[in-house]
Amino acid sequence: MQSRKAPWLYLAPALVVLGGLLVYPVYQLGLISFFRYTQAQVSGGEPTTFEGFGNYAELLGDDRFWQVLLSTVVFAAACVASTLTVGCALAVLLTRVRALPRLVLMMAALGAWATPAVTGSTVWLLLFDPDFGPVNRVLGLGDHSWTYGRYSAFLLVLLEVVWCSFPFVMVTVYAGIRAVPGEVLEAAALDGASQWRIWRSVLAPMLRPILTVVTIQSVIWDFKVFTQIYVMTNGGGIAGQNLVLNVYAYQQAFASSQYSLGSAIGVVMLLILLAVTLGYLRLLRRQGEEL
Amino acid sequence: MNLPRLRVRRPWRLAADASALLTAVAVAFPLYWMVLSAFKPAGEIESSEPRPWTLAPSLDSFRRVFGQQEFGRYFINSLVVACSVVIVSALIAFLAATAVTRFRFRFRTTLLIMFLVAQMVPVEALTIPLFFLMRDFGQLNTLGSLILPHIAFSLPFAIWMLRGFVKAVPEALEEAAYIDGASRARFLWQILFPLVFPGLVATSVFSFISAWNDFLFAKSFIISDTSQSTLPMALLVFYKPDDPDWGGVMAASTVMTIPVLIFFVLVQRRLVSGLGGAVKD
Repeated sequence: MQSRKAPWLYLAPALVVLGGLLVYPVYQLGLISFFRYTQAQVSGGEPTTFEGFGNYAELLGDDRFWQVLLSTVVFAAACVASTLTVGCALAVLLTRVRALPRLVLMMAALGAWATPAVTGSTVWLLLFDPDFGPVNRVLGLGDHSWTYGRYSAFLLVLLEVVWCSFPFVMVTVYAGIRAVPGEVLEAAALDGASQWRIWRSVLAPMLRPILTVVTIQSVIWDFKVFTQIYVMTNGGGIAGQNLVLNVYAYQQAFASSQYSLGSAIGVVMLLILLAVTLGYLRLLRRQGEEL
Repeated sequence: MNLPRLRVRRPWRLAADASALLTAVAVAFPLYWMVLSAFKPAGEIESSEPRPWTLAPSLDSFRRVFGQQEFGRYFINSLVVACSVVIVSALIAFLAATAVTRFRFRFRTTLLIMFLVAQMVPVEALTIPLFFLMRDFGQLNTLGSLILPHIAFSLPFAIWMLRGFVKAVPEALEEAAYIDGASRARFLWQILFPLVFPGLVATSVFSFISAWNDFLFAKSFIISDTSQSTLPMALLVFYKPDDPDWGGVMAASTVMTIPVLIFFVLVQRRLVSGLGGAVKD
């Protein structure tokens, strides 16, 4: 029954959509990054000129870019680490509790997960509002502003990001633990292994494929955080202190009309994430998994 | 199935139950505060002594939100965008996932890697070329300019996740169907599709959220015709960084969160088994 054409027929709609709306724009993104493209070119007043690596040279020579790149990497790493820790810890907790607390926690987590990014950002801003927020009252911080300082603003965004992204990790890891056969764990427990030892030597290895998937997804999502930064720090913080690459690229393009510089930043992001993907694929292959 | 129950002693069990409940309260608190603030009368939100309850719930904030020009229209626009994206991308992803799991062909692995790589693409950076693309095709200021990119961006993850579900349907079933004289199309739509449906539902959560939440494309592509705007944009009307109308923002946030919550509660069980199934394979 295996005809040659059938799979391509099934794939055709996906390939057409992806080709037109993903591959072609990526190609254009690369193209724009090699040209001089500002408001004058967009409105058609001036011809576009080929700049070669000019935009990239400008970018790499800009201290601002390196600073934003560094904060993006550190911020994303902190988000990923916190999300995974909270998600895994709660997944293990879920397996230890009775049905009712489990249901309640699951529902609360789904609520956080379901909250749209814009909504979540504004709600967290209100919670930490210097004048009307409950957090400062409870902590007795007076009218301390969380968005004023660079690190406290990043911390606030991090809390929101963890809040809305740990449920994915928790639910996935929980589903994974449930799929581990009970006999294996009972055997380990009978042999006198401690809970920590069971987690380290039995569960973690069996869950490794799942942990890899949630890690890589978290990296992809957290490296590209946009809405939270944009809304919570009002477009990148005071004097751009809370910019991450994604917001920086957007601001360069649409706020400063430096379309080619924005595109160059986009290309750099793409290359970094590509490197992460390739590392992920090599990891999968080493584990002997088939795609 | 479950972890061995006998080993967990009673006090520990109580402690675990208690910490699960406490965590649930902490996680749900922002949502509670959102709904609470939406119902608080004006004076109570802008008070330096915020109370976790209100004795005089009022609908003023909601009235302000719905009284804002065409809020209902933005709501419908958002629904149209999200539902179109969910349905179209689910169908396309189903076909593609079938192709890459039920057939062996040249470039199969290459394609799979491409689908994974496609997930890395920073959507926000593509706003620049997409803006020019939409302009050239006269799609600026239309809902199509929001629907089309979101279909494309949700496809790679949907295909990647659906593979596990399609793979889980035994090959023997396919052979039996053909022996019984079913055509390929009949097998695809009447046998495989219903079996994979739970997976499709789980996957569609992600495309629904990304389309429903989007405010970047709405901000960038709907530049002059506000009747084509969507909810996130309407919400930000109330949120002025210097002097936000918190009541309005929270009421609009509540209205915006409810459809997603309903969607989640409906698919909750399938989502949990779906994620387990997708990553187990």
